[in-house]
Amino acid sequence: MIWWQRLWRRKQMEEQLDKELSFHLDQHVADLIASGHHPEEARRQARLALGGPQQVKEQCRDARGTRWLEDLLQDFRYSLRTLRQRPGFAAVTLCTLALGIGATTVMFTVIHGVLLKPLSYPEPERLVALHGVTEKYGDQWGFSYPNFLDCKRESQSLAPMAAWRYGGGTVSEPGQAEYVDGREISSELFAVFGVALSRGRAFLPEEDRPGAAPVAIISYGLWQRRYGASPSAIGTPIVFDGKLYTVVGIAPAGFQLDGSADVFTPLGQVTEARMQNRAANFLRVVARLGPGVTLDQAQAELALISRHLAEQYPDVDAGRGFEAQQLRQELVGDVRPTLWLLLGAVSLVLLIACVNVASLLLARAVSRERELAMRVALGAGRGRLIRQCLTESAVLGLCGGALGVLLAAIGIRPFVLLWPGSLPRAEEVRLDWNVLLFAVGASLASGLLFGLAPALRAPARELEQTLRAGARTVTGSSRRLHSGFVMSEIALAVVLLVAAGILDRTVLRLSSLDPGINIHNVLATRVALAPGALQKDPARIRAAWQDVLERSRRVPGVQSVALADIIPMREGYNGLGYWTSAAPPLPNQMPIALASTVTPDYLKVMGIPLRHGRFFDGHDRMDTERVVVIDEVLAQHAFGALDPVGKRLWIQAIGPTKVVGVVGHVRHWGLAGDDQSQVRDQIYYPFAQVSDALMRLFSTFMSMAVRTSIPPLNVVEPMRRELRGGTGDQILYEVRTMEQLASSSLARQRFLLTLFGIFAGLALLLACIGIYGVLAYVTSQRVPEIGLRMALGASARDVMRLVLGQSLRMIFVGVGVGLGTAFAAARLLEKLVAGVRSTELSTFASMISVLVAAALVASFLPARRASRVDPITALRQD
Amino acid sequence: MTAKSDLPQGTLDLLVLKVVGLGPVHGYAIAQRLQQVSRDVVQVPQGSLYPALHRLENRGLLAADWNETETGREAKFYRLTRKGRAQLETEAASWQRLTEAVGLILGMAEGGAE
Repeated sequence: MIWWQRLWRRKQMEEQLDKELSFHLDQHVADLIASGHHPEEARRQARLALGGPQQVKEQCRDARGTRWLEDLLQDFRYSLRTLRQRPGFAAVTLCTLALGIGATTVMFTVIHGVLLKPLSYPEPERLVALHGVTEKYGDQWGFSYPNFLDCKRESQSLAPMAAWRYGGGTVSEPGQAEYVDGREISSELFAVFGVALSRGRAFLPEEDRPGAAPVAIISYGLWQRRYGASPSAIGTPIVFDGKLYTVVGIAPAGFQLDGSADVFTPLGQVTEARMQNRAANFLRVVARLGPGVTLDQAQAELALISRHLAEQYPDVDAGRGFEAQQLRQELVGDVRPTLWLLLGAVSLVLLIACVNVASLLLARAVSRERELAMRVALGAGRGRLIRQCLTESAVLGLCGGALGVLLAAIGIRPFVLLWPGSLPRAEEVRLDWNVLLFAVGASLASGLLFGLAPALRAPARELEQTLRAGARTVTGSSRRLHSGFVMSEIALAVVLLVAAGILDRTVLRLSSLDPGINIHNVLATRVALAPGALQKDPARIRAAWQDVLERSRRVPGVQSVALADIIPMREGYNGLGYWTSAAPPLPNQMPIALASTVTPDYLKVMGIPLRHGRFFDGHDRMDTERVVVIDEVLAQHAFGALDPVGKRLWIQAIGPTKVVGVVGHVRHWGLAGDDQSQVRDQIYYPFAQVSDALMRLFSTFMSMAVRTSIPPLNVVEPMRRELRGGTGDQILYEVRTMEQLASSSLARQRFLLTLFGIFAGLALLLACIGIYGVLAYVTSQRVPEIGLRMALGASARDVMRLVLGQSLRMIFVGVGVGLGTAFAAARLLEKLVAGVRSTELSTFASMISVLVAAALVASFLPARRASRVDPITALRQD
Repeated sequence: MTAKSDLPQGTLDLLVLKVVGLGPVHGYAIAQRLQQVSRDVVQVPQGSLYPALHRLENRGLLAADWNETETGREAKFYRLTRKGRAQLETEAASWQRLTEAVGLILGMAEGGAE
């Protein structure tokens, strides 16, 4: 029989054992009678020879080798029974644990899905993302097209390699005009990811060249939406941004690069001038490590290639390197610290929950001491008792864990939706076996954690005393353990409270910062010109924009309108090098400014203060002098105390310009991020002076800012109608109010604050329950002592003071221990969350006073009860 | 019946294997056989016989079937498995070596006094 069979056939085995032994006895008795003994005597002798039947059976059971499992099952049933007997205790502990384990499981599920799970491509560990790195501005760079082509040609270890850039446009046929995200990709992109198209084919290398036949790959979603998933979509024409393409393939379902896209077109067919410009780093590059190649080897090869390029093109590529990084890390980006931070916080809550349950269990263990002593006296081993206690806490832990997983299953979707912005790889976040395994592990670990102290109290010595002593005596060691629990709960709560307090301060401080613009009543939206207008010559495009401005002004509620290529606090920026003399240094040594091209009303719409000089007006045109307006930060950097107005500025890709005005700084990188960002200088230049060559390119990503006299979202629909245009395919998309953008720039801080607030509140509540429970328990055990004190003349006030004093000591030790940890936590927050300052001592002080006050309230009830003890009954009690 | 010595540690298993090796046999008969063969010199506590049998069965050295005895009652008959036979041979051999060695040492002690 295999061991597990033995477990199930326990009853049968018991019967057989019984039968075997009685056969032995009967046989022996029969033999003895046959040899002349009296039947009674024979039976006596046979029994003596065999020994006590129960002992023999017990030894036989031991010999089976499955004894521990049988005991485990027995303990398991026993602990379920004890739980059922005390439903109140069971409910409190299970809820506490379910909350702790549930929250931890949610965080782990997210971390597992986002950070730990391999990407769902073949051999995902070989996928890498490539960046340009410069000494001055770090690794935020993309690739220029010539550099990409050179790297791709030279590299042996990274093959295939592919590049893409963000795009987007209006799909006007077949069906209704619709703005969709797009990507211009090089031909090997799908090969890099190792995925097959769901239909059709990828781009051929010869299609990835200027002048090749225009072909497109559409997303699975677009195919379902616009083509009803018809297989005949392949080979049909699609009009994208006014240009006719032939659909050659359908991308795999759910395929994403940096976000999803609906139309893919060949990068090599793009004819813009900057495709030839080695200094224009606008491409993102991915590659696959060749068989047997390590990341380090690829890195070394890239270093070699970049050295060659630097020698060949010293003016742009000197000081520029390339770096390969695991694609998974690249995709996940900056959510990593947030996630670990939250897991840390949630683990603290779980720890507090464990401590709480431990102190409840301990109180119970103390009152069960006599039961346990009795069992030892009846022959149970100490190890056996410890095992039983641990089984009980494991059962508690597992039941709590099961409830926790249930909570997590319900809570995971809302949590992901709550995430500020979009959580990368959100579709990977779900409960699976790994998560369940984690939950079981966390439950068992918690069970062990809170079960250990009570279990180790299993009586070993001084049985007699325990049995004789009244059940109400609390020994010194258990009181110490109890206050130890309270102290650690307080210490943990301090950490969470201080963290929440710091985040609260941060959010308050950041939201009171001046964004540099008047964010009220401003709408910002991207505008996709009618694709027909985009194909025309630059003068027609300018006219189309003028038409957009004029039509918008006619919409009721609109005060002023301006065009801009970038909008503050929204994604996207254009960094250009600038210099103050006619002899600019190499491009890679120039300081970089945020450059934004705008129409004259921009200042009025955004409410940016003019410091010196003037802003643009209708006289700044192609045929007049090139002018720029700079912000006060650039003025300070470039000109110091000098008045910049009238000075000259050389700007990369624009050339020599004259500074005509200085305006206030705008927190482009968001309220939280702007102070720390590397590029803070700002330049504005007139949209009217954008060169003819660039007009079409700029027109594909222009936005419109609108100041309104009524709530800005109310003008959206009338404006959509007004701007739709003669062909009905001129579209507004990504419509936001500036208030939304400003608040979403603090979304991460607010999100963390909300969660930390919840955790800290939970911690405070649990700690208070813990203090209340422990004090109530300890004082109730001290009733005879208190009665004696009162009989000897102590007043109710003295007794209150006694109990509150005891609680205050625990609180202060806890706070002391917690403070050190809280300082460390504050440092961590400062490092991980933009805008946090860890040194605000007043935050510490206010949070600790909240905690102490709450803890005192929790201890007040037991203290008052103790002070109302009637000495006579108290002394008679025992 | 005088001066019965206790069974040396670990030898009960060996004896049980040996007895069972002679043919399928039930627990009571093993006890009887052991007592007869050892001519009442070795005390086999019947109480430890059954745990030993169950242990050996658990280790796969013995197998058991329920059969009728000649008196018509059902009894649990033990028999040696292949693994048990191998175990019996190695243990018997090592026991043989041990007793020879002990005998040698004891004999030498008498001669070595010269």
